[in-house]
Amino acid sequence: MELKGTNISFKYPLAKEYLLKDINIHLDNNKITGLVGDSGVGKSTLCEILSGYYTNFEGTVELDGQKLPEKEFCPVQLIYQHPEKVMNPKWKMKDVLEESWNVDDNLLSEFGIQKSWFTRFPQELSGGELQRFSVLRSLNPKTKFLIADEMTTMLDAITQVQILDAVLKIVKQRKMGFLLVSHDMDLVNTICDDVIYFNDINGI
Amino acid sequence: MDKLLDVENVSISFIQYTQGLNQRDLKVITDLTLDISEGEILAVLGSSGSGKSLLAHAIFGILPENANLNGKISYKGKELSQEDKEEIRGKDIVLVPQSVNFLDPLMKISDQAIGHTDSDEERKAKKAKQREIFEHYNLGPEVDEMYPFQLSGGMARRVLVSTALLSNPKLVVADEPTPGLDEKTVQETLNHFKHMKEDGIGVLLITHDIHAALEVADRIGIFYSGYVIEIALKEDFTGDGENLLHPYTKALYKALPANGFNLTKGHQPLHGEIPNGCPYYDRCEMRFDRCKDERPELLDLGNKKVRCFKYEEGA
Repeated sequence: MELKGTNISFKYPLAKEYLLKDINIHLDNNKITGLVGDSGVGKSTLCEILSGYYTNFEGTVELDGQKLPEKEFCPVQLIYQHPEKVMNPKWKMKDVLEESWNVDDNLLSEFGIQKSWFTRFPQELSGGELQRFSVLRSLNPKTKFLIADEMTTMLDAITQVQILDAVLKIVKQRKMGFLLVSHDMDLVNTICDDVIYFNDINGI
Repeated sequence: MDKLLDVENVSISFIQYTQGLNQRDLKVITDLTLDISEGEILAVLGSSGSGKSLLAHAIFGILPENANLNGKISYKGKELSQEDKEEIRGKDIVLVPQSVNFLDPLMKISDQAIGHTDSDEERKAKKAKQREIFEHYNLGPEVDEMYPFQLSGGMARRVLVSTALLSNPKLVVADEPTPGLDEKTVQETLNHFKHMKEDGIGVLLITHDIHAALEVADRIGIFYSGYVIEIALKEDFTGDGENLLHPYTKALYKALPANGFNLTKGHQPLHGEIPNGCPYYDRCEMRFDRCKDERPELLDLGNKKVRCFKYEEGA
């Protein structure tokens, strides 16, 4: 499986200059790739383009030669840094999770999620607990590729290990692709097989 | 070194409505004890959402109305009442808030740094002082006329830090100063704290970022489920973590990518689900029977402290 961005250029509508210019990026499911770069250079924007959030960019994004679908479930899923910002505050956790798919009990315990949390609202759980839901929600069986944009930055070291350990198990088992965006070079060196430096691929 | 701030057995709870008119008392901080001396940086390390920012709010007397504060907060040996807090905050004790969101979006930077003034002379004097400190932090005259949205993350941080230093404080409380910044800016921010320390200012650094804490702090207080469970020296975070005392601190240290990326199961019990005994009982590998129902006190071991029965004399 291959996620391929070709000649991606992007600027925000009112900006004078391009944020991303002629980016070529090839990712596959044989290795775990890390993406590193300073803040504000456009890493997150690139992630959003690769996972189908923008359509107004130049160039193409293809998963196994196919364009990403605009209307149905996107096989490339993006996980953000702040889980509390991607959940409806008026939904209970059960609805938040099952909006995506029905998770079996094994997987719940694998991710350290307790059934008793299902009846709570997002604001009644900690960041680490919410991020477990956020990750598991993105692991719908139709997901082929996962992009983690600073997924564990706000979490303590123990929770970080727990979540990444659970995700990487599934990623390997389902032969999914995984891109990790992080500032933490120790983390990137520990879990990634390959590192891409953002400034090397951005043609600005 | 004189002691500046002493926080003893502070607990904070909130009254919340559950359903209809039913109320419950939600304990967020159960027992927080720490102290800071002049020219010392103490980091309080806890996961996000654990309530550690409330400590800062308690020190400044800006807790919301439905909060209940118990315990003792003293400054230079004198216990602080709400009136005392209002008197010294912004003067002797200042807050470096978390983000640019704490700046007024409709006010020019220099005006909000100076704040309220009564006369023209006072204004001029304050303005000169502000310019001097801003210059020191590499903020040119053009910044004075900018609005917050025109600042980059790093500049905003420098504005917050230099504004805090305008009143020549003795103690600076920094609430999560590092997240969302790149390595360079984090480094820069941490250097500011090192400079304050050299000037004899005490710094309380509230953070979830263990790297930042290890980089600048002299001592590190570990916050777990509403308790301070250990106050360790920075030097203890080396090797295999064999000098660290509490099993949670050891596990936390070994979970760092550079120290093994070790997996520890379980989660931190939060507000409302904290057991009667030791908060770490469920996950502890060296627990005793008494830990289930009996809550250990924070033991004073000279320059460190730990909340664990294992380190009691004769245990």
